[in-house]
Amino acid sequence: MARLSEENVARAHEMIARYPVPKSALIPLLHVAQEQDGYVANDAMEHIAELVGVTAAEVVGTCTFYEMFKRHPVGTYVLNICTNIACQLLGGEELLAHAEERLGIRAGATTDDKMFTIEDVECIAACTEAPCLQVNYRYYGRIDPDRLDQMIEELRAGTGIAAEIPVHGTLAQTLQHLPEGQGDDIIHPDLITEAPVWFRSDEPEEATTGGAA
Amino acid sequence: MIGPGDNGYLAHAAGFVLRDGPKVVTSRFEYEDSFTMERYLATGGYDAIKTALTRTPESIHGEVRDAVLLGRGGAGFPAGVKWGFCPDDVWPRYLVVNGDESEPGTYKDRLLMERDPHQLIEGCLLACYAVGLSQCFLYVRGEMALAQERIAQALNEAYAAGLVGKNINGSEVSIDIVLHWGAGAYIVGEETALIESLEGNRGMPRLKPPFFPAAIGLYGQPTIVNNVETLANLPWIITNGADAYKQMGSETSPGTRMFAVSGHVKRPGVYEAEQGVTTFRDLIYGDDFCQGMRDGNDLKMFIPGGGSAPWFFEEQLDLPLEAKPVGAAGSMLGSGAIVIMDHTTDAVKACLRVVRFFSRESCGKCTPCREGTNWLETVLQRVLDGHGRPSDLDMLLDIGNNISPGPYPTAAHESEGLEAVPFPPKQTTICPLGPSAVAPLTSALRRFRHEFEAKIVQRDLIPVSAEPAPVAAAPDHGGGH
Repeated sequence: MARLSEENVARAHEMIARYPVPKSALIPLLHVAQEQDGYVANDAMEHIAELVGVTAAEVVGTCTFYEMFKRHPVGTYVLNICTNIACQLLGGEELLAHAEERLGIRAGATTDDKMFTIEDVECIAACTEAPCLQVNYRYYGRIDPDRLDQMIEELRAGTGIAAEIPVHGTLAQTLQHLPEGQGDDIIHPDLITEAPVWFRSDEPEEATTGGAA
Repeated sequence: MIGPGDNGYLAHAAGFVLRDGPKVVTSRFEYEDSFTMERYLATGGYDAIKTALTRTPESIHGEVRDAVLLGRGGAGFPAGVKWGFCPDDVWPRYLVVNGDESEPGTYKDRLLMERDPHQLIEGCLLACYAVGLSQCFLYVRGEMALAQERIAQALNEAYAAGLVGKNINGSEVSIDIVLHWGAGAYIVGEETALIESLEGNRGMPRLKPPFFPAAIGLYGQPTIVNNVETLANLPWIITNGADAYKQMGSETSPGTRMFAVSGHVKRPGVYEAEQGVTTFRDLIYGDDFCQGMRDGNDLKMFIPGGGSAPWFFEEQLDLPLEAKPVGAAGSMLGSGAIVIMDHTTDAVKACLRVVRFFSRESCGKCTPCREGTNWLETVLQRVLDGHGRPSDLDMLLDIGNNISPGPYPTAAHESEGLEAVPFPPKQTTICPLGPSAVAPLTSALRRFRHEFEAKIVQRDLIPVSAEPAPVAAAPDHGGGH
């Protein structure tokens, strides 16, 4: 849909500066694009390619490897229902089937009103809380079909859990920011030829570490 | 958020069960605000790095080597030894933290990142100081939004306090830590794939040997890749010393580990337990652990170390939770994920589910894995659906043999069949993902072949014939002539 907004370009430059090689910022930048539009748009990928200094094809190559990146619009709420072994043992597959029935769509599809997308996902690391699911990457554990129905109602009505779930694409709501004056040492590896200063003690005898006392 | 607050669970750390016993990495979990700077500093936080800065890097490295801190990500390689593999004169070196926890059943790094991010950050600083690493990338799994949030917050606080970044605590030591996050790919948990992903590429593993990441890693530079739990142990080790650490656990596996026990038990949970002295039986049936099987059911099988591990059965219950004996018994402690299955479990279905995971997550680089895992899934699915052919079971083993070649060693227990699952596996692939799909298959097929066969026999009950099926005799013709 769209290239990155001005505000997101500023975020992108901040992110790129944290890596010795700009291309490393690709995955976080694709997340920025997904946060902006709800999915990763072609224009956004072209824009990211320009920002990072690689070809658009390379950005698409990376993007298509990772299953969190959506190339097409998805629902406001993406329900990731786990059916991996620990959840399967305790009803994960039945929970998924219930969600499919309830919303009238198969896993991977989006409801007509663009509210919900269901995904049949692999282990999301909440196995003791099986069967578990994520809504836009927020965890909910020990979910039975009744609770799922209730969650869907709340999300539709904008009540209850809707308050704690941001739109699809938003991951962390607190971001790392390097303070002023920090991060100058993050430079291309080719520009660094010697050991960090505290690690140089071996070579010249007089330059031992100061803190030994 | 999730999880109940009763039955020993902590309401603020869903799934974690606080119990008596030594605590190394979960000592702050009982505090609701364990992730804050205030709590961390109030409980001895950042003392270890301050102490370390008064010692030489070599002595910190030596302390960790002496502690025999085994990697907690799966392979169980001693961290102190791994650190020593960096070539002497190549700079810069990098630290990459593997927080891409996605092995089926594994559930510990997420808690450590969400509940105690400062402990992890301090661990990173200690590793960097000891090995001369000037920059650290903390790679967190993409799906873990809360962990990313907590780490970002913690890093911002630590930078502001002068504990990360330039001139740490006023010393000449400068270490930058950057939060990075992924986007959903199990294979990225493999260390070379993690590096590829961090370079902005598709997360496909690199060929090794000859060059391991410690020699040629991120941007072609020496790179140490350590698991979150491994690094979280470091502050304790430096504060209390290697000797104190070795007081816990066993000689070859000192310290504690976090175990995530899930499945058909009364109280599934994440537990910190001493290695070596605790057995699988304690963990499943112990009152301060899982309190036994649900509904008093019988144990059928269990996965001892994540989806990649060959399965264990009742006769292995008394093995200690320790890498060596578990390895000798033909499986692995892996990532500390233990999945318990009771007698109501369909072995074929469970096996298919684990195989399907690896089939879906195969990155596609190596042909035996890309094609093989897919065929394993397809054939297993048709067996489960009642469309299996009599030749299918041997075919499954043959496909497995092409990914992870035999010969299979003799089984330790006759119930496993004549041959056991080879472990550690040989592989025709670059990374262990392919063989990981074979492990559950051979485990299930050797032990429960009759269940597979029963599903195939069912197929014969469906008439397959060109002749029209005989029509049942009409009732008024009576019961025959």
